[in-house]
Amino acid sequence: MRQVFVPVLAIVLFLLFWEGLVWVNDWPNYKMASPSDLWPAFWRFKWLFLTFGWETLWRTVVGLLIAIVVGVLLGMVMGFSRVLREGLYPLLVGFNAIPKATVVPIVALMFVGQHDLNTVLIAFMISFFPIAVSVSIGLSTLEPEYRDILRALGASQMTIFWKIALPKTLPEFFGALKVAVTLAFIGTNLMEIVSPHGRGLGALFDSGKTNSDYPLMFAVLISLAVLGIALYYVVVVLERIFAGWAERQTD
Amino acid sequence: MTPALHKDLIRIDGVSHTFTTESGSLPVLDNLTLGVPENGFTAIVGPSGCGKSTVTRLVAGLLKPDAGSVWLQGQEVTSPRSVVGMAFQNPVLLEWRSILKNVMLPLEIVSSSLSSAAREARARDLLKLVGLAGFEDKRPSELSGGMRQRASLCRALVHQPEVLILDEPFGALDAFTREDLWQTMHRLREEEPFTGVLITHDLREAIFLADEVIVLSGRPATVQYTKALPQRGPRSLDQLYTPEATETLNILREQIKIAREGEEPGS
Repeated sequence: MRQVFVPVLAIVLFLLFWEGLVWVNDWPNYKMASPSDLWPAFWRFKWLFLTFGWETLWRTVVGLLIAIVVGVLLGMVMGFSRVLREGLYPLLVGFNAIPKATVVPIVALMFVGQHDLNTVLIAFMISFFPIAVSVSIGLSTLEPEYRDILRALGASQMTIFWKIALPKTLPEFFGALKVAVTLAFIGTNLMEIVSPHGRGLGALFDSGKTNSDYPLMFAVLISLAVLGIALYYVVVVLERIFAGWAERQTD
Repeated sequence: MTPALHKDLIRIDGVSHTFTTESGSLPVLDNLTLGVPENGFTAIVGPSGCGKSTVTRLVAGLLKPDAGSVWLQGQEVTSPRSVVGMAFQNPVLLEWRSILKNVMLPLEIVSSSLSSAAREARARDLLKLVGLAGFEDKRPSELSGGMRQRASLCRALVHQPEVLILDEPFGALDAFTREDLWQTMHRLREEEPFTGVLITHDLREAIFLADEVIVLSGRPATVQYTKALPQRGPRSLDQLYTPEATETLNILREQIKIAREGEEPGS
């Protein structure tokens, strides 16, 4: 009960504060739209919001899934081999340090017209890094005794990975996944905004900008936040199922 | 080599070992020879960092000696074998498994003909023996340090290993819990025959649990002194406070002092 009530109350208070701030300062909606301006914008473009929201969502999820596969593989490679870790780390850090906004036009030119591919690619590129790092740290900091209890029985490396290394890394993995979810959204929208004739919520934002429809721009921001929250809690549920043991019991 | 030594279940024969570190090579064992008879229980004591843990890893087959050989049941150890059970100072229980499932872990690796019901029954029996009946479904984090170490002992013994290797398993426990676990060890030894090697810093623990105490010299370690104890099998804590026990303790303490003086300074 409290778990639902408190967040809802916080959101309501935030909206009231926002509405009040705009009203007190008497800002025009091109400076800052107020929550009451947003409903008409949502309603007018409700089908676009639904179809474009879906576009944004599926691309983000696909980009994220690729990031999980690639990130986990990279993390495994770096976690198990010190040489590869030392070799790959600076490369990965450098790659991660490049602002993805600068990569967007390059990718857009590389695969001209492949809007879906471009978007998924950027979502993936922006989000795999924390996953790779967390998995590699989780694996490389595994205490040797954990390996030894199975190795002393003649267990193979694969058995040690499945029975000990992988489950032990899951809490770190999910921590990184929560960061990656939000990053993947940023990636998707960067591409959707920049691509000409794009689709998705980013493109809707861009057309709001072109038409000076400020309430529409704010409405897109809110719908992105809603999608972000939804996907984040999907990860939280998965974490409870697969790594719930890592949670401290509070009673 | 005397013929009697060949009957030992564990046999370490002229083993030397050197670790290569970034700051150069570090010789840890130098021509170490010792044996443990079947169903014997030997405690190995020595100055910190003298290579005691290296001995356990050699016996478990986790490490290959640079020179010399290690034998279990008359066979040379070249790789890990499932006849060994290990317990460390850190109980290393898997946090995502219940206590029961933690104890059953080795049975998942060692190909045994036991049915899953028989495996579970085996684990439950052992947990009962160490006083953990009723805690089978708890998570390791819900147990105290001493209870976790009890579970760790059960895991080390669940596949009925010939050899039990204990690397300072009671080192992190408080004095009273430690004494409880010493008595549990004697109970386990009665019910579950095994040949034991105990690495410890605690001389009282050594003479309370073992049949024989071996003092290793400072690094690189070799056998400096061997003390056979008059008693085998279970004994009461009172026996730690007899004049004989005090005398044994004094001899061992003296030997440790000599071992430490023999070490190169700064190591």
